[in-house]
Amino acid sequence: MSKSNNKNKGLKRRKFLKYSGVGVGLMIGGVWLARNPLRRKVFELSETLIPPYQGDVSNPLIWLQVTPDNKIILHSSKVEMGQGSFTSLAQLAAEELEVDISRIKVVHAETKTGNIDGMGTGGSMSVATLWQPLREMAATMRVMIAGKAADKLGVSINELNIKDGLITANGESITYGELVDGIQDWDIPDTPPLKKRSEYKYIGQPIARVDLHDKVIGAPIFGIDASYPNMLYASIVRSRLIDAEMSDFDISEAENMPGVIKIVQDNDFIGVVAQSQVQANNARLKIKVNYTKNQNWNLSDVNDLITVGNGKKTIFQKNGKPVEDIDKDGESFSLEFRSPIGAHAQIEPNGAVAKYEDGKVEIKLSTQVAKVTRAEVAKSMGLDKDNVNIVTTFLGGGFGGRLHTPHAIYAAKMSKEVGRPVKLVFDRQQEFQNDTFRPPTHHIMKAKIADDGKTILGLEHQIASGDTLFNSALDPGVETVIRADIGSIRGGALIYDALPHRSTYYHVPLPFATSFWRSLGLLANAFAIESFMDELAIKTEQDPIQLRLSSMSDDNPYGVRAKNVLKACVERSGYSDQVIDGRAMGLAVTIDGGSPCAHVAEVSIEDGEIKVHKVTAAFDCGIAVNPDQVRAQVEGCICMGISAALYEKMDLRDNKLYPINYGSYRMALMRNTPKEIEVVLIEGADVPGPVGEPPMGPIGAAVSNAIRRLTGKRIIQMPLQDYV
Amino acid sequence: MKISFIINGESRSVDVDGDSPLLWAIRDGLDMKGTKFGCGKAACGACTIHVDGEPVRSCSYPVKMAHGKKITTIEGLSKDGQMHPVQQAWMEEVVPQCGYCQPGFMMATAAMLEKIPNPTDQDIDDNIINVCRCATYYRMRKAIHRAAEIKSQSS
Repeated sequence: MSKSNNKNKGLKRRKFLKYSGVGVGLMIGGVWLARNPLRRKVFELSETLIPPYQGDVSNPLIWLQVTPDNKIILHSSKVEMGQGSFTSLAQLAAEELEVDISRIKVVHAETKTGNIDGMGTGGSMSVATLWQPLREMAATMRVMIAGKAADKLGVSINELNIKDGLITANGESITYGELVDGIQDWDIPDTPPLKKRSEYKYIGQPIARVDLHDKVIGAPIFGIDASYPNMLYASIVRSRLIDAEMSDFDISEAENMPGVIKIVQDNDFIGVVAQSQVQANNARLKIKVNYTKNQNWNLSDVNDLITVGNGKKTIFQKNGKPVEDIDKDGESFSLEFRSPIGAHAQIEPNGAVAKYEDGKVEIKLSTQVAKVTRAEVAKSMGLDKDNVNIVTTFLGGGFGGRLHTPHAIYAAKMSKEVGRPVKLVFDRQQEFQNDTFRPPTHHIMKAKIADDGKTILGLEHQIASGDTLFNSALDPGVETVIRADIGSIRGGALIYDALPHRSTYYHVPLPFATSFWRSLGLLANAFAIESFMDELAIKTEQDPIQLRLSSMSDDNPYGVRAKNVLKACVERSGYSDQVIDGRAMGLAVTIDGGSPCAHVAEVSIEDGEIKVHKVTAAFDCGIAVNPDQVRAQVEGCICMGISAALYEKMDLRDNKLYPINYGSYRMALMRNTPKEIEVVLIEGADVPGPVGEPPMGPIGAAVSNAIRRLTGKRIIQMPLQDYV
Repeated sequence: MKISFIINGESRSVDVDGDSPLLWAIRDGLDMKGTKFGCGKAACGACTIHVDGEPVRSCSYPVKMAHGKKITTIEGLSKDGQMHPVQQAWMEEVVPQCGYCQPGFMMATAAMLEKIPNPTDQDIDDNIINVCRCATYYRMRKAIHRAAEIKSQSS
């Protein structure tokens, strides 16, 4: 393995507009971080810390709107992309507002309301970061309304009886809605004490999703459903090739296609605006574009790059020596693992509906980062950000695929050009070929085993990965200061802290865009680490459960919770190391964002196809605000994780990424997902922690460990189905 | 060209290129947005509707072929204010997450139940081959069995 990498010189990476935040950004910035021990502290915190909410939580009026008909509109700056946050947030608000939850309607906060979230929606942080502030704002709002009621009814606040949005005193009753009607001036009082856990009515209850009905009747709630009167439709040219520049193009044929209104030529794009979406797409396909490659790329080139030893090295865990430097007698043991390029493949394609008028623009779209979208549009169009309003819609899937929204800029520019509202929708080929992918990874796991054949003298994990947070979500300076991409190393830190352990990251830039993909590095890192732990158990003739339990110290509260989760999962699943009727069980455990999760997968191989019959999960996210939706996230993570770990992969041939549609990009269907899923919830903390991603962690390794038991062979690469 | 059909019990017509996909005539021509665009190649099933009772992936179905036919979309699945058994079951099992692909799944399920009133797991695996990225398959399977139960009780 060579350390230098000449191929990489002069590489043109796709540039994203940078935005600050992502929580950890708060802790980063001092030059002192350049000292390694402190840097490692940041990495350690990044594995478990819940960053503070980054927006205005001092003003309840931008969050909670009481309407005259006594309903509450909760303007959420966190978006609903399936994870169920809207429902949990409604529960938090109803709890402290003293209203029935059916009175609460949750909507996406438009940026013009001033309710803007600096972090964006992701990292499984929505409920965790709003847990305290939203309850405080709801309680404060209740006191504000009560104050008005006391004035109106001529009594003191203490004499009021408040129940379900109705305030009663001295035999008189008045609703919240009647009270607030017409009131403009509010004093915001000090935050009152919040309810105790024993007093909760809604928190901890399996309330049906607030968006359930709309989603069952097919209501037009998504970005692609949005419109404006007099709207036109657009399609833009996107490069089929990576690492290439457009050299020339010809629009003459496209211009004469039916329905074409205008072909917009901008420095950043070429777009067709037409009477209908079909006409826009058809005309765009007639634009002839030639590209010049900077360099030729195949998948093997990418795999050569993504190899431990290449790129910038950072040690992110240092509680022991490198395995080869351990000076006690024993045997070194190592395995290498790889994971492929993964696509988001969310079913609603990206797009935007823009209306430019009189120096102002409003854009409706599915975005995880309304604040960034607004800033980028304002900058590109030379507008003050107050003249840009972003209207977020429900997202037809997010998974990290809606953090980069250049389409908002393109739609806005085209609307300005044609003087009418414009809807731009990408087609599926564009969604695949121009995705911001999950980067491929390479891992070397190493251990040193003492001469007794049992004692493990040291454990080591080395990762090479492309960018996740770097080059997409962090300020440019951060990369040079912290060096290890916190997203790529997510789940890469060894949780087996009772053993001497060490983890190293190699940062490798790639010639195509990579970014967040649900759980970031977790799925791949856990696949490597937890596969290796089972292999180590076999090698040292130990029980894989006991090996894991004895390798986690009791000094680490997360480790203690992880042990409880592992034990619960083993017990509930009836875990056995026997192959019975052609089925074997495999287990794995991870800690992500401070939420430990264990899976036991029951697997067989039938006609060469891996079949996952049942998965038992034990999960500790602290307080489950909505246990039914926590279960739904665990189930979803298991099935999406099976899809990614067993089937999904992108290929790269002569600068073209393949496949470019579903089907050929194989994903798990109904028939490939378990008929039985059992979820055990453990509340090991008194606050809610991350939910939407941590349960993704163990699944790949759990299935692979079961396959090892079935076949006697260790699979060292995802997607697993390719290697059985 | 002008194409006429009966959609959700109403006679409607659209004036579009006859070779263009039925999906866009429904979504943009008739402004019925419940039928979703996913892939444009009949690969994901988000656009599934019924044409003369048969499940059809409308993104790859030329609009001219729908002339004179009866179409049902998710908007027409409920009848007389009563949710279809599939929708009732979807509500009971709290199936949707992001919800985008769900109309396609519900339409595919409703069509299957007309032919196979009491589907086995194997029937479900063979017939319900849409893509759900949130991977709500576990609850969908439960909801499909439940829908069959509701349907048999109500008929």
